Amino acid sequence: MSMATQSRRWRKPPFIENPWLRYALIIGAVVYFVWALSTLPFDWQRIMEGFPRAARIFGGAFPPSFARGELLIEGFLESLKIAIIATALGVSLSVMIAFMAARNMAIMPVYLLGRAIVIVARSFHPVIVAILFVKAVGFGPLAGILTLTVYSIGFVGKLLAERIEEIDWGQVEAVRAAGAGYFKVLFFAVFPQIMPRQIGLGIYQLDSNLRASAVVGIVGAGGIGSTLMNAFGRYDYDFAFAILIVIVAAILVAEGISGRIRKHLW
Amino acid sequence: MLRISKLTKRYGGDQPVLKELDLGVSERSMVAIIGASGAGKSTLLRCINRLVEPTSGSIQLNDTELTGLRGRELRHARRRIGMIFQGFNLVDRLTVMENVLSGRLGYVNFWRALTRRFPQDDIDHAFYLMERAGIAHYANKRADELSGGERQRVGVVRALMQRPEILLADEPTASLDPKTSEQVMALLRNLSDELSLPVLINIHNVHEACEFTERIVGMRHGRIVFDGKPGELTRAAQDEIYAGAPADEREAAKEHAEGAVRAAAQ
Ligand SMILES: Nc1ncnc2c1ncn2[C@@H]1O[C@H](COP(=O)(O)OP(=O)(O)O)[C@@H](O)[C@H]1O
Ligand SMILES: [Mg+2]
Repeated sequence: MSMATQSRRWRKPPFIENPWLRYALIIGAVVYFVWALSTLPFDWQRIMEGFPRAARIFGGAFPPSFARGELLIEGFLESLKIAIIATALGVSLSVMIAFMAARNMAIMPVYLLGRAIVIVARSFHPVIVAILFVKAVGFGPLAGILTLTVYSIGFVGKLLAERIEEIDWGQVEAVRAAGAGYFKVLFFAVFPQIMPRQIGLGIYQLDSNLRASAVVGIVGAGGIGSTLMNAFGRYDYDFAFAILIVIVAAILVAEGISGRIRKHLW
Repeated sequence: MLRISKLTKRYGGDQPVLKELDLGVSERSMVAIIGASGAGKSTLLRCINRLVEPTSGSIQLNDTELTGLRGRELRHARRRIGMIFQGFNLVDRLTVMENVLSGRLGYVNFWRALTRRFPQDDIDHAFYLMERAGIAHYANKRADELSGGERQRVGVVRALMQRPEILLADEPTASLDPKTSEQVMALLRNLSDELSLPVLINIHNVHEACEFTERIVGMRHGRIVFDGKPGELTRAAQDEIYAGAPADEREAAKEHAEGAVRAAAQ
């Protein structure tokens, strides 16, 4: 009880303890930013000219024009088709690849192959993949479908593989102890455990593909993104604005629906 | 009958967990295996149905050598051995009936398994056993909606669905409160009596072992140090079985029982 009421100093310990390292990092970061900004070619003249141009574009975009509505609907439906087909294809392939990429289900060489596929599928942004496929199979929806299939494999394959690695192994052992072989174990003890996650990921991926299908369309992979690009090319800013509104609305609706469904999965 | 001779199991490069263990189990007898945790009881059972690979030695079930079986032969041998687990190991998201029928997975073809079209015989047998276990009215309920005792009844029925030649039970009542535990033990004994099945049962509770079985096998550090009738399990014999274990290991069963009651009450 006789603790002296002597005030002791306290400061939050620094995030990086070593002062040399701390100051070196701060100075390094500042120097890098100054260097980066001074070497990147900013043309201030053009940037200043850009402001009125931006104002002109927005002025031209307002009010949005739905006059070419059928073109808009056509593009939108094509995006939807691309998204749905790519999701179905991507998710079915992902299930197989996820089993290959799960350490507890695959032998080492298959596991490495599965991981490699997932890593490659994830390492490029869909826009880059789309550019490659547009070069390979030409402009249009096929390039979009292939792009989003790869995109789906990267995402669903990885997360599903992680779920498979977390399954309750006791359930697998019990079914195996009854004399079931690999595929019966798969369908009786593994799929029931991963099914909710798989459905959830599928729905999420559909909504995500719908969004991405608008983006990859811009580099020529079909759908509403292509419609948007054409509108810009023809300086139809009011039509472009209408397209943007439709894309935002569609994404909001898709996200709302997919969120609700995923919340109600058991 | 089951004949185990010179069974040795070593996990990795460590000390063997089972050391040249010999054990014979004749027709229609219920044998309890007791011993401190880590004695190797689970390993012994799991070597029999090859969920664990024995390092050396021989295990014969009705003149089939079980060690060294692979592929189809191993699966066919596993159908003849029913197993009941401490954690029940039911497939949570499947119904009670599907879990029960999974005991037939070693017999039906893949297509029947996938579409759940099991032979009428199996369904009749399933209902008969479920009636006996008092769970028939749960047939279409999901397994994870049942209480612990009910789940273990499903576990017992699933194992019996295999029409096994022997039943292995690894601490089947350790996760249950004392009253439920007694009921499950009684069910196990009645059904195995009726089917004249030999049962090998790992058990933590010495009192239960003596009450429900006619033969007690005591294990310590991977060897059998006691083998006799419940009446012969003297204080000294128990001390020998549990020697070297933490002093309170023998009381663990009692404490466990109290813990389970507390857990059930909450
Ligand atoms: N899969 C495993 N890998 C490595 N060691 C294990 C494994 N399973 C059990 N063991 C070890 O083997 C010994 C015996 O375990 P176990 O057979 O589970 O004993 P019991 O069932 O009598 O408690 C323990 O020391 C345990 O740590
Ligand atoms: Mg054990």
